[in-house]
Amino acid sequence: MAVPQKDYAEIFEAVKAILERFDKVPECIREEMEIVNDLGLDSLRVMELVQEVEDAYDISFTLNELAEIRTVRDFVLRIQKEIEA
Amino acid sequence: MGLFDKLAFVAQARQALDEMGIDPFNVEIEEILSPTEARIAGRKVLLAGTNNYLGLTFDPRCIEAACQATRSEGTGTTGSRTANGTFAGHRALERELAEFFGCAKAIVFSTGFVANLGVISTLTGPGDTLIIDGDSHASIYDGCRMGGADILRFRHNDTVDLEKRLRRLGDRAKNTLIIVEGIYSMLGDRAPLAKIVSLKKRYGFWLLVDEAHSLGVLGQNGRGLGEECGCMDDVDFIIGTFSKSLGAIGGFCVSNHPELDLVRYASRSYLFTASPSPATIASVRRALQVLAAGANLRERLWANAHRLYEGLSELGYRLGPEPTPVVAVYMGSKEETLACWKELLENGIYVNLVWPPAAPKGESLLRCSVSAAHTEEQIERIVSLFGDLAANVGLRHAPA
Ligand SMILES: Cc1ncc(COP(=O)(O)O)c(C=O)c1O
Repeated sequence: MAVPQKDYAEIFEAVKAILERFDKVPECIREEMEIVNDLGLDSLRVMELVQEVEDAYDISFTLNELAEIRTVRDFVLRIQKEIEA
Repeated sequence: MGLFDKLAFVAQARQALDEMGIDPFNVEIEEILSPTEARIAGRKVLLAGTNNYLGLTFDPRCIEAACQATRSEGTGTTGSRTANGTFAGHRALERELAEFFGCAKAIVFSTGFVANLGVISTLTGPGDTLIIDGDSHASIYDGCRMGGADILRFRHNDTVDLEKRLRRLGDRAKNTLIIVEGIYSMLGDRAPLAKIVSLKKRYGFWLLVDEAHSLGVLGQNGRGLGEECGCMDDVDFIIGTFSKSLGAIGGFCVSNHPELDLVRYASRSYLFTASPSPATIASVRRALQVLAAGANLRERLWANAHRLYEGLSELGYRLGPEPTPVVAVYMGSKEETLACWKELLENGIYVNLVWPPAAPKGESLLRCSVSAAHTEEQIERIVSLFGDLAANVGLRHAPA
């Protein structure tokens, strides 16, 4: 599937903006960073992140699919897929 | 090592607790003296964290029923409900539960945990959708995962968030199973059931209520939150346990759907585990009678609940959202909460220490639960010892 670059970049920026509001998250957030290991989010803050994104895009993620997301890129791609569905 | 490597973090945490001299997650009740008293670490302790809401564990009628059943039917069934483990008592208890709830069908399981596993994982499977409250009990999460359906979670007790998720599901909403609890085990708050039922009328989903902590506690006849809200007919499935207000062990599901009986033949946690012992079944049957006629027990329970909630609140403690027999007290960090737990125990009071993630929102709790068996003086003693604690910890986490 051809990834519409613009959408991806937009979503990435939006996710980054949400992450930057969390404290103790590294200043420079890159796509390949792992949400838990590199950004240091515990399960509670992952839940907050997901809920903010769900509200922003009016989508819901299942626990099942969240379990497969590791990196910021995985998450952005998943959001994109959900929006396009 | 190898397989145990993944438990290294547990070993580390345990070492810190060992150094303290008592492990709050591995307490030994050296002697149980009554529903409200025990000997722990050589000391007589007042129990304020037992889920023994009606205090029936030492009820002479229930004890006698259990003794008689053991003498006449033996110590165990040595088999599952499907094989040799359904005695006349198991069947009778199912009829009595159905009658008590005014439902068509009832199934008895070996524990409440297993009832959730068995019912949820059998009713839902790949392609189905579940929506559960974020603060749901572990057995609800595990039952959902075991079935393999899509699991969505809504913010604890937030019906606006729940409705958003229903709307996003479109047509799938009407075949979705929503699961909530009558009283949440950690914070002691009720589910907003009346609102959820009004959403059900609009979206047409299925509704399961786990009344583990509300059976015998809520509703005129003690049937739980469904009865209290006047919406028994809108609840498709009620799950409950014998391990709290009924003072024994075991679990059940009741429903007005005649097809509930099919779950018996398809649920692995019903098929492949031994059934409750004759003693358990006999004491639960007796306890259910006491519970059904127990308006006075419920009155005492609620008077105690209000007394404790108000007493702690007056001291300045931040508590769970509403007074119920589960009173959650916020104490600060994990370490501060642990220190308070230890001090209370040394002063003769046992409460439950709850750390995240078992405690919601990342905050640690001292979870108290009151019983109809507590005397007024005992409740006052609990409040007074929390008062001494307040002076010591300086109440950094009390509201301004
Ligand atoms: C909400 C809820 N459901 C189910 C259970 C499990 O009950 P049981 O102790 O019978 O396994 C509990 C008990 O901890 C509970 O709090």
